[in-house]
Amino acid sequence: MNEQLDGLAAPEVGVPRWRGPRALVVLGILAVAVLVASAVGVWRGSVGIHPATLLGLFWNALPLPDVEPWWIATDEQILLQIRLPRVLAAAGVGASLSIAGVMFQGLLRNPLADPFVIGSSGGAALGAAAGTLLLGMEFTAMGFGIIPLLGFLGSFSAVWIVFLLSRHHGRASISGLILAGFAIGSVAGALNALLVLLSDQLQLRILQTLTWILGGVSVNGWTPLATVMPVMLVAGITGLLLTARLNAMVLGERGAARVGVDIERTKLLVIVVASLLTALAVSLSGLIAFVGLLVPHAVRLVIGPNNRLLLPAAALAGATYLILMDLLARTVLAPIELPVGIFTAIVGAPFFIVLLRRARGDYEF
Amino acid sequence: MSSKDENATIDIDRLSFAYNGNRVLHDVSLRLASGEMVAVIGPNGAGKTTLMACVSGLLPEHQGLVQIGGCDVRGMRPRNVARIVGVVPQEFRVPFAYRVREIVSLGRSPYLGRFGGLSDSDELVVDRALAATDIEALQGREYNALSGGERQRVVIALALAQESRILLLDEPTAHLDLSHRVQLLRLVGAINAKRGVTVLAALHDLDLAATGFPRVIVLSAGRVVADGPPREVITPGLLRQVFGVDAQIIEDPLTGSPRVLPNLETSLSSR
Repeated sequence: MNEQLDGLAAPEVGVPRWRGPRALVVLGILAVAVLVASAVGVWRGSVGIHPATLLGLFWNALPLPDVEPWWIATDEQILLQIRLPRVLAAAGVGASLSIAGVMFQGLLRNPLADPFVIGSSGGAALGAAAGTLLLGMEFTAMGFGIIPLLGFLGSFSAVWIVFLLSRHHGRASISGLILAGFAIGSVAGALNALLVLLSDQLQLRILQTLTWILGGVSVNGWTPLATVMPVMLVAGITGLLLTARLNAMVLGERGAARVGVDIERTKLLVIVVASLLTALAVSLSGLIAFVGLLVPHAVRLVIGPNNRLLLPAAALAGATYLILMDLLARTVLAPIELPVGIFTAIVGAPFFIVLLRRARGDYEF
Repeated sequence: MSSKDENATIDIDRLSFAYNGNRVLHDVSLRLASGEMVAVIGPNGAGKTTLMACVSGLLPEHQGLVQIGGCDVRGMRPRNVARIVGVVPQEFRVPFAYRVREIVSLGRSPYLGRFGGLSDSDELVVDRALAATDIEALQGREYNALSGGERQRVVIALALAQESRILLLDEPTAHLDLSHRVQLLRLVGAINAKRGVTVLAALHDLDLAATGFPRVIVLSAGRVVADGPPREVITPGLLRQVFGVDAQIIEDPLTGSPRVLPNLETSLSSR
């Protein structure tokens, strides 16, 4: 070691800084990917629509002199009232689950963490199942049916119970969170299985709940989006503001505290934001597995673990991914719609395994 | 980086701490003047790490008073403590493939604004911390892939990037070979001499403590049992009392500091 304490090092070429042109290139490419995927997602579907119709509608949405519509009104209806909201919902769900995955993996310092790790999926499923039993299927509010509403509430309250259980003398331990999440998730899963088994004898209408649990982007028009999307946006931006603290969490709880991170406050903020994003996604799409685990990892393997870039990049990649998988789910066997969770797993897993094998040593503790 | 500062004092007054009812520290009182370089020695479980944690504000539930630069740590926000006190723990690994420069940059955490971005002057401080620890060439490498000695230097650079006036070292040499131990001691000595940073280091290596530190504090079962220059503190009687080891003390012919030669035959088999 030399002792030139005040010497200035010339910045080396190719050294990763925390910001700079590389970040803009990565985010730019991913933003283009979201736009292309959205355009394809709106254009393709079970009903064939001429691309010129899409272009004409897009033109008329711009603040320019309108062209005379050469398309039929049904096509316009399909594009604007069915496909566009659906594509936006898929983008929002994909981005939210990916951001939540980045945040939980960073906070829990665990590469296996996903948005459902601390009990939110079990809570969502149980809430939805119990809600349909208690209130019936006809109940709606803010454009949402009973299943997504109670799924949201179940998801969020399960995480809250887990958080309270893991606290000891005012501190929430990381291993406590994971274990309590596992326990609450198991209890919810067991109760849910019980409801399903009893449903036959009690003639409960639980099939719809089960379909919802399998996951699928389903929104009826714009009303649910108008409720959910602004909250998603605010939560996502809040997540972005927490990335420096998430980076410090890599030093461990004590290590992060030593560099001045208010640990308990950070844990609370990350859990609230990430589980809110998860519950919002659940309310639009049910339980879609793999996205929140796989997208953050895949992006991390390509661009590195720095959360300042990883979080926005994973949000854009997750949006693209879910738009495309939702497109597959509704077109492969059109007009039959398949659960999107099947495609997120089947397409994502092999891709992920290839990435993982190329980047050995990344997940060494 | 911060020049000689009169505010780099550590004042500990009747500090006690208990983990689940087990007293780890008993009525510890200490005062470190600005720019002092002090080693803490003592057997495993004597309370060295707990003492460090109390000074760095990680254990606000302690009893007694701990002041850094004249301020009670208990009333301070974590980021304000981190601007005054930097801690060098034993080297560790991280869960993800962070690069060396990214790890060192975490030392700027207590200075970041709301949006969490590093300013040009932050980058400059990181450059200097990398230069001071001689790891500029490693800055693009993956942290986990480094050797233990290299990782320890990264951890020191991280603490230097905090630009703190007080540096706490908790067994920093435990995993290092002789050459790295000597280098680390020289580096810490240079930081202390050039920047007037107050250094408090918990060490297992008594010879290293005696060579590099003008003042040595001995902790035993949570109490301060000796405090003074190494020549007065490191004595056969103290080694027998605190470590249960029979040892001969000789004088280093170069520096005059004490050297410990333990006697394996007559030392107690356990304490």
